[in-house]
Amino acid sequence: MSLGVAQGSVTGLLGPSGCGKTTLMRAIVGVQLIAGGEVQVLGLPAGDPRLRHRVGYMTQAPSVYADLSVEENLRYFASVAGAPRGRVAEVARVVGLVGRERQVVGSLSGGERSRVSLATALLGRPELLILDEPTVGLDPVLRTELWRTFHELADGGTTLLISSHVMDEAGECDKLLLMRDGGLLADATPAQLRGRTGEQDLGRAFLALIEAGEPQR
Amino acid sequence: MSARVTFATAQRVLWQVRRDPRTIALLLAVPCVLLLLMRYVFDGKPQSFQHIGPPLCGLFPFIVMFLVTSITMLRERTTGTLERLMTMPLAKLDLLGGYGIAFGLIAAVQAAVVCTLGFLALGLHAPHGVWLIALLAIGNAVLGMALGLFVSAFATTEFQAVQFMPAIVFPQLLLCGLFVARQLMAPVLYDLSWALPLTYAYDALQRATAPAPLTGALLRDAAVIVAVTLASLALGALTLRRRTP
Repeated sequence: MSLGVAQGSVTGLLGPSGCGKTTLMRAIVGVQLIAGGEVQVLGLPAGDPRLRHRVGYMTQAPSVYADLSVEENLRYFASVAGAPRGRVAEVARVVGLVGRERQVVGSLSGGERSRVSLATALLGRPELLILDEPTVGLDPVLRTELWRTFHELADGGTTLLISSHVMDEAGECDKLLLMRDGGLLADATPAQLRGRTGEQDLGRAFLALIEAGEPQR
Repeated sequence: MSARVTFATAQRVLWQVRRDPRTIALLLAVPCVLLLLMRYVFDGKPQSFQHIGPPLCGLFPFIVMFLVTSITMLRERTTGTLERLMTMPLAKLDLLGGYGIAFGLIAAVQAAVVCTLGFLALGLHAPHGVWLIALLAIGNAVLGMALGLFVSAFATTEFQAVQFMPAIVFPQLLLCGLFVARQLMAPVLYDLSWALPLTYAYDALQRATAPAPLTGALLRDAAVIVAVTLASLALGALTLRRRTP
């Protein structure tokens, strides 16, 4: 597959479970052993040490310390990222965890835990954010708020690549990458996708693409 | 490598331990209970307790830190926090150094407690000073940590990690001379014992408790412990992969 992600935009990576979304994201972050091919991130090869300050990654399973409090987690990762202390309170506000700072992560709900993980990815103000299913397990209100945050970040120049297997989030994205069985099925804006398939609902549009067996682009 | 990240990591490990008071209690109480047990097991043979007690004070931290580190590092691998750290501006040596500082400090407290019990309350003798035993105990703890870190790469579950203790630590305890003088073992075991790091740890402790004047041999043992620790840390660093399948 071959694809590009525009700077300062929200790109959605969608497709059924097991289609390779996480593998693709890990390849972009540079933690995936890849069989071949080339991944360029912000003009550098993926995994380049210089990118560690510039790329934020949120794994699908919340990768934070369950035996530490929210604040302790954020303070530690802020030190590693080289972010100032004040950033901890800022990211806690962004993900709606104000008032939970003292709570041990292991005692939080699944959605709260994944928000701690998201907050951690935001600490270093990365230029590129790779978020693997950031809204899974969140209530609709919070989900809407987070999407608003994503767009604010994009307006500020951050590039976001967000995976989801929920098609109703597809409409929130500036551009969509639809994956199936390890391949790229479509690389289009939501409007283009609707136009091409004649379906208003993006979920149906995706299904139509699969049925048509339409090759990439 | 950055001092800020190294110390932040050490602090984070200590925060984690602090959240777990039961582990702290076990870390401090178990060696004391075992030493106390030894004292009364050898009630009728006080010379034997005098012989085995001081080295034991210096070996407990090795055993405990081996186990604690291998489990902690395994958790770091399985919960994804290691992968996250590997995407961040953190040098592998920051992580290893942070672990070393945190567990070294815990070992120092552990050694202080068990030495206080052994040398003040139970009448063990340290002709060259208790501080020497405590220092060796901390060195052994860091050795145990380095080995634990390395072997954690070969465990995929906590059950496996726990089994590494009998697999890697017990044979070394048997062969190091703690229970039977190495010269009395089968020749092949005697030869093998030279290849095991705990042999040098035990020898150093033995020299530190014997009334004979200290010689360069103690320094040689200490040098071996330091060299093996550094080698294990280097091997451990190799097992911390930035890219994984």
